[in-house]
Amino acid sequence: MSDVHDMDDMRAAPGSPATFSLDGQDVEFQAGETLIEAATRAGRYIPHLCWHPDFHPHGSCRLCTVKVNGRAGAACTMQAAAGQEVQSDTAELNAQRKTLLQMLFVEGNHFCPSCEKSGNCLLQATAYQMGMEGPHFEQFYPNRPVDASHPDLLLDFNRCILCELCVRASRDVDGKSVFAIGGHGIHTHLLVNSDSGRLGDADMALGDRAASICPVGVILPKRRGFAIPIGQRRFDQAPVSQQTQGDGDSP
Amino acid sequence: MLDHFPAADLIQVNLCADLNVKLETAYGSSFRFWRSRARLFEGYPTNLSEPPHRDCHVKSESEVVAMSIESAAFERVLSRHGRDPHALVQILRETQALMGWLPRSLLSAMARELKLTLAHVEGVAGFYRFFHTRPMGRLRVLFSDNITDRMLGSEALMADLCARLGIKPGQVSADGRVSVDQTSCTGLCDQGPALLVNHHHVITRLDAPRVAQLAELIRAEVPVPQWPADWFAIDHNIRRADVLLGMPLAPGAAIAAALARGAQAMLDDMKRSNLRGRGGAGFAAGLKWELCRNATGSIPGTAPGSTHYVVCNADEGEPGTFKDRVLLARHADEVFEGMTVAALVIGARQGLLYLRGEYRYLLEHLQAVLQRRRDQNLLGSAILGRAGFDFDIAIHVGAGAYVCGEESALIESLEGKRGTPRIRPPFPVEQGYLGQPTIVNNVETFCAASHIAAQGGAWWAGIGTHQSTGTKIHSVSGDCERPGLYEYPFGTRIDQILEDCGARDTQAVQVGGPSGVCLSAFEFDRRIAFEDVPSAGAFMVFDCTRDMFEVARNFAHFFAHESCGFCTPCRVGTALVVKRLDKLANATGGGRGSRHDLDVLFELDLLLHGTTHCGLGASACNPLRDTIIKFRPAYERRLESLHFEPGFDLDAELSIARRMTGRDDPAAHLEISP
Repeated sequence: MSDVHDMDDMRAAPGSPATFSLDGQDVEFQAGETLIEAATRAGRYIPHLCWHPDFHPHGSCRLCTVKVNGRAGAACTMQAAAGQEVQSDTAELNAQRKTLLQMLFVEGNHFCPSCEKSGNCLLQATAYQMGMEGPHFEQFYPNRPVDASHPDLLLDFNRCILCELCVRASRDVDGKSVFAIGGHGIHTHLLVNSDSGRLGDADMALGDRAASICPVGVILPKRRGFAIPIGQRRFDQAPVSQQTQGDGDSP
Repeated sequence: MLDHFPAADLIQVNLCADLNVKLETAYGSSFRFWRSRARLFEGYPTNLSEPPHRDCHVKSESEVVAMSIESAAFERVLSRHGRDPHALVQILRETQALMGWLPRSLLSAMARELKLTLAHVEGVAGFYRFFHTRPMGRLRVLFSDNITDRMLGSEALMADLCARLGIKPGQVSADGRVSVDQTSCTGLCDQGPALLVNHHHVITRLDAPRVAQLAELIRAEVPVPQWPADWFAIDHNIRRADVLLGMPLAPGAAIAAALARGAQAMLDDMKRSNLRGRGGAGFAAGLKWELCRNATGSIPGTAPGSTHYVVCNADEGEPGTFKDRVLLARHADEVFEGMTVAALVIGARQGLLYLRGEYRYLLEHLQAVLQRRRDQNLLGSAILGRAGFDFDIAIHVGAGAYVCGEESALIESLEGKRGTPRIRPPFPVEQGYLGQPTIVNNVETFCAASHIAAQGGAWWAGIGTHQSTGTKIHSVSGDCERPGLYEYPFGTRIDQILEDCGARDTQAVQVGGPSGVCLSAFEFDRRIAFEDVPSAGAFMVFDCTRDMFEVARNFAHFFAHESCGFCTPCRVGTALVVKRLDKLANATGGGRGSRHDLDVLFELDLLLHGTTHCGLGASACNPLRDTIIKFRPAYERRLESLHFEPGFDLDAELSIARRMTGRDDPAAHLEISP
């Protein structure tokens, strides 16, 4: 089952005229950049959930899957190379993305009308972007209790898409490693590092990067609801595809 | 309940700790230990679908752990591994062998000792199927659940055992004595149905009398080593031998030949042989070795070669594959010799063999072979008197995770982490184990390498076909008279193998396991070769009486069970496939299928092929796609309508409303669609 192939086709030659083609338009890149980094810098949108410009690529959501010279790969992990023909905004790839989004919606318990994150949620915004109108698949309805033990933060695991941005932020920025991943298969879930397994006993503060990094509505500040009315939130202003530079933390 | 266990138990536990039992044999030889724990587990809910409420049991768990932490045995586990966090999987495994399961407070103590976070340790423990973070039976029985075991009646046998013990699959008996469940293929398909006891002992050739006697032995708590010895007999079943199985090498011959040639010439010979990896992907072994030899590692200033690693992938998890089991049992010298030759070529000083947890019973044998080879100066310092040629091999035992057969997931597991495949590049040959250049090759590949070292690359290249050189060992099982190992040169036709193994009225052959290809009768003139039908070694035969839908459903459950859970398409997609197939299956969904369900299955297959993080996820729908295309009637007879059927009976859902309103007239029923 070991698998090594085409080891030399992904490297950017130093000093070469560094562009690749994304849906027919040239995108410049710097040596060492991934496809999505270069595309985002150029203001181009490649749908994604687990990728964030401040963190190492993760490659788990698979939404950024593109075709490079006809072969599928994740734009967040693939190195840009001169002359690559990259296809992203195609009917086939967008249909795949919609299916992946539907999978994430049925896997958890996502009820947008009652979610404080609605309008600021990358999952919701990307689903609108991809034209997702319904879940398509049967719901899993997992039983995931909410953790309200922390004085300032709420954890609602029902909405977790396992992007591990909080894991990375807590480990790499906050230096606390409050989060980890447990289980396997469809039972994979987010873990909190404390003796009780609850956030109230963990070394986590409202000001931590991990507290504001969640792209969906899992990690939320307490006592803050609808400060910005629905209809005036980030993705109410403009679709996600027009906010490629604004991929910062939660507002 | 648990807060008041008698002091006698404490004494027993400490006694056990002082017995200085060899940890590896803890399951088998220390049954008194388990007996002493009987009362410890009283009061735990027997239905383990719900975990015991944490707050109620924290104290008891702490006490359990307090004992184990004090015990010399736990300390010995930690010190044997130098409190190295990279040894976490081994430490978890050996500690569980002492405790039977892994209480949270024990994980907490382990995290402290290894300077890891509790969540990290918990995440690793929760990843592997053989680790238990909830109490299990003192005796743990796992029936192998490959389709070949099912074809030999494993389901009825497990139901019979459960009935005799008064438990349901997945449950622990009320007295905590035993739990019975299923596990993925244990690699004994040629002598099944098989089961695994305490993740250590295997019992083959199960039948009704054996199960009846097994129930009695379990009820009487007879220690496993006192069970009938013939139950544990494992046959090699070598039916056709060629160079690998039929021409044993004298220990040291291949190393001597490689030393005489020199490392570079040996590498050239490997490339000349055109040997391709036997684990499934078929990457050229010589090129892999060369890339690794030339890689400098991730640590700046490191001298080339000084920290390179040779890893042997013995995580033979692909259902229906058992050739590596026999190679390790019968040809371990050639395997270790191939690793040593590789070490010479790439300049490695350390080798690692990743032994799948299901093959735990081979560990003592393999350790003995390693020790003999050290005594023969075939491992260790200055091998065969060559100053500077130092190399040794350690064995890492897995803990039940198919995905660890993927080489980068295997390396993660070797490093004590969850077995999640890495992002590539960088490839292991550049940054592998501990970030250093590493080659990972299959057991059979190393075995072949030792023969190439002894007899030359040109000789090997003369066997088989131009693109697929040498021989290939096939693990033949299923509907045939003579299941076992068949070694043929590449290029052998499928129907030749079928004839040799005594298969009749064959409907289909699954070549390469569930992630391989399902061939139907019109394809039996095709040949085993990378350029035609590639194979990682499984060859499962299905005759005309078999329902290919049930074959595909068994494989679908396997992939869902074994998904690592990292990427969306594999994690959710394999679970959705299972839901659809169960809906179609008469047994669980009432056979309420429609054309729409098949369309969804096709859609999922396409998605998994195009989007998964690793190759295993990509192939998870292969058996589904092959059987829908080639055996469509097996699916269509399960379709109630050719348009759409919901997963539940709409009219039946209204029965409560009818009862409440006291109505049962036609207007209170939904019109049944045609």
